[in-house]
Amino acid sequence: MIIAIASGKGGTGKTTLATAMAGVLGAGGQLLDCDVEEPNAHLFLNPRISESRRVTVPVPRIDESKCTYCRKCQEVCRFNALVVLPGHVLVFDQLCHGCGGCVRRCPERCITEGEREIGFVEKGLAGDLEWVQGRLRIGEAMAPPLIREVKKEMSPGKTVLIDAPPGTSCPVIASVQGSDFVILVTEPTPFGRHDLKLAIDAVRVLGIPCGVVLNRADMGDRGTHELCSVEGIPVLLEIPHDRKTAENYASGGLITDVHPEYKDSFVSLADDIRRRIFQERRRRTA
Amino acid sequence: MIVAVTAKGPELSSEVDPRFGRAAYIVFIDTDTGDVEVLDNRKNAEALRGAGIQTASTVAERGAKALVTGHCGPNAFEVLKSAGIKVANQSGGTVKSALDAFLDDKLQIMEKADVEGNS
Amino acid sequence: MKELIVLSGKGGAGKTSLCAAFACLAKDAVLADCDVDAADLHILLEPFVEWEEPFSGGLEARIREDQCIQCGDCREACRFGAITEDFHVDPVSCEGCGVCSWVCPVEAVELTVRQSGILYVSRTRVGPMVHARLGIAEENSGKLVAEVRRRARVVAEEAGRTLILADGPPGLGCPVISSVTGADGVILVAEPTVSGFHDLARLAELVQDHFHIPTLVVINKWDLHEELTRRMETFCAERNILMAGHIPYDLVMVKSMIQKKTVVEYGEGPVVQEIRNIWHRVESWMSLGNGGQDDSSPMRKGIP
Repeated sequence: MIIAIASGKGGTGKTTLATAMAGVLGAGGQLLDCDVEEPNAHLFLNPRISESRRVTVPVPRIDESKCTYCRKCQEVCRFNALVVLPGHVLVFDQLCHGCGGCVRRCPERCITEGEREIGFVEKGLAGDLEWVQGRLRIGEAMAPPLIREVKKEMSPGKTVLIDAPPGTSCPVIASVQGSDFVILVTEPTPFGRHDLKLAIDAVRVLGIPCGVVLNRADMGDRGTHELCSVEGIPVLLEIPHDRKTAENYASGGLITDVHPEYKDSFVSLADDIRRRIFQERRRRTA
Repeated sequence: MIVAVTAKGPELSSEVDPRFGRAAYIVFIDTDTGDVEVLDNRKNAEALRGAGIQTASTVAERGAKALVTGHCGPNAFEVLKSAGIKVANQSGGTVKSALDAFLDDKLQIMEKADVEGNS
Repeated sequence: MKELIVLSGKGGAGKTSLCAAFACLAKDAVLADCDVDAADLHILLEPFVEWEEPFSGGLEARIREDQCIQCGDCREACRFGAITEDFHVDPVSCEGCGVCSWVCPVEAVELTVRQSGILYVSRTRVGPMVHARLGIAEENSGKLVAEVRRRARVVAEEAGRTLILADGPPGLGCPVISSVTGADGVILVAEPTVSGFHDLARLAELVQDHFHIPTLVVINKWDLHEELTRRMETFCAERNILMAGHIPYDLVMVKSMIQKKTVVEYGEGPVVQEIRNIWHRVESWMSLGNGGQDDSSPMRKGIP
């Protein structure tokens, strides 16, 4: 099964939860860190990296010996990546979305596709756990293609945890799409609640069942419980706040290092989600 | 020669628009004939990115040999430079005063982009 | 007019809470919430919206059912898997490239401008505020951020205010780039955690090496990990990032937020005192023209 761990707001404990669950899954699990702008699961899991590969996206390359400067490629491009000047064609690689429209359109067939590097996919093992992350070049805009490459490394038969980026814009959607379940991690504060609502709406658009994990659950108000009740979203787990946990996290430790008694809760959480996925599948085929 | 000036309105008396890519209007003045043409650039605001490139391409297509504007990003600047268009710096005043200042050689010619894109 | 932006890399470092506190202390500011994906500043500042307008960016394809002959050319040509088996365009996956409309033999595809968000101009108890909301699954290209900033400048000019204080977006991508270009100063809010340090380093590289913007740092929750705090200070000193202050770990930051108040409105105490000191230093730094770093510099050195 594929479980995405997301949150509307950053800093609510998404990576804390993802790494803790990954820790209890061990050999049966796989963690895909799709927060490609700032992957940080590796700081807690300390994987031994066994493989690293470049990820590229296609960009147009013009054979100017055949080009007639007819400007049809510029006309078809919606992203302003091509400018045809008298006797010269300029290509702006970083604006290209890789749609292939210019290649199709060119009447002289003088456009081929070169590559532009957007980042890396890295794989390794953290103990018995399989770990994969995507790392986007600094300043790079194209996160979704890299995220899709990370997801291609999914191992069949494992419980796959996807650590998604925060927010609701397209990298989050690219990470969460295709999952069987989404855990939304939040905190019981007005900020947390506001962003949780946005995240619930986003997940609804994708039609994936979800549940909430409330982090620092004793530091806040009841508003989040009320919201979940109104939205019909289950609160699957509550993790209390304590300073020891925060200090340990600061050092790069897993929450289960300080609270080994939580391990059972995370195992139960995974089982609970498995049951819900099953129920959802039965409901859909009925 | 044709000089282009970024403007907030469609007249010679309109204020100069300091932005290039998302400038509201571009006023083209043919200094030989005195003809004035105005391009309404506001729909270019739809471009998510690359607005400067689009505007620069249009300026080049219209045969401008010089451009007067407040700021220009690196992509737009590359297009203008490749097209052999001189880019002069002027943020305030009217289109007419900017044109006159340029023709009197009073303006600084930009050697490179002065802002990052997306502004 | 000067523009100051507060960034933190990942979320949860206290960026928005601090920005709201600064907004209360600043006397002459216009606020810009550049975190358009998950804007939170309005929760504390309770803006009264005076103007809103739709924000459009990019295109979206739609297949006209009555004209579609279901030849499948569009599905084959789409590189983003955005056309379903029953010939509907999935707006979440559609990137607006228009290739489908070019290949369609019967011109059944129409491309329309998509409304990707809303921009608001409001007033708050601490001054005018420009903010926005980006729609779900929209490309956060930075264009909406640029528009928020641009509008904030217009509002500042009209209101005769001399400072734009911006709550920055998280991360390092286009929205952040769009929020810092041309800014006069960046305040980095960092936490002394392994991931916080990691993000501080990446952000410093972006802001200083790529954009050469004068940078200050505030270390929040500094006493959660004293050793990391010291290492981060050393890092900042080596990089010429001025230390604006250290805020101790204190639940008052959360408690005030739950009451929907900024921390400086909630009461006094060591956190509020330090925030006042920090803001005082920021103001001096700004008026010194940012470069003024001599012995009389009000900047802090080292943990209290």
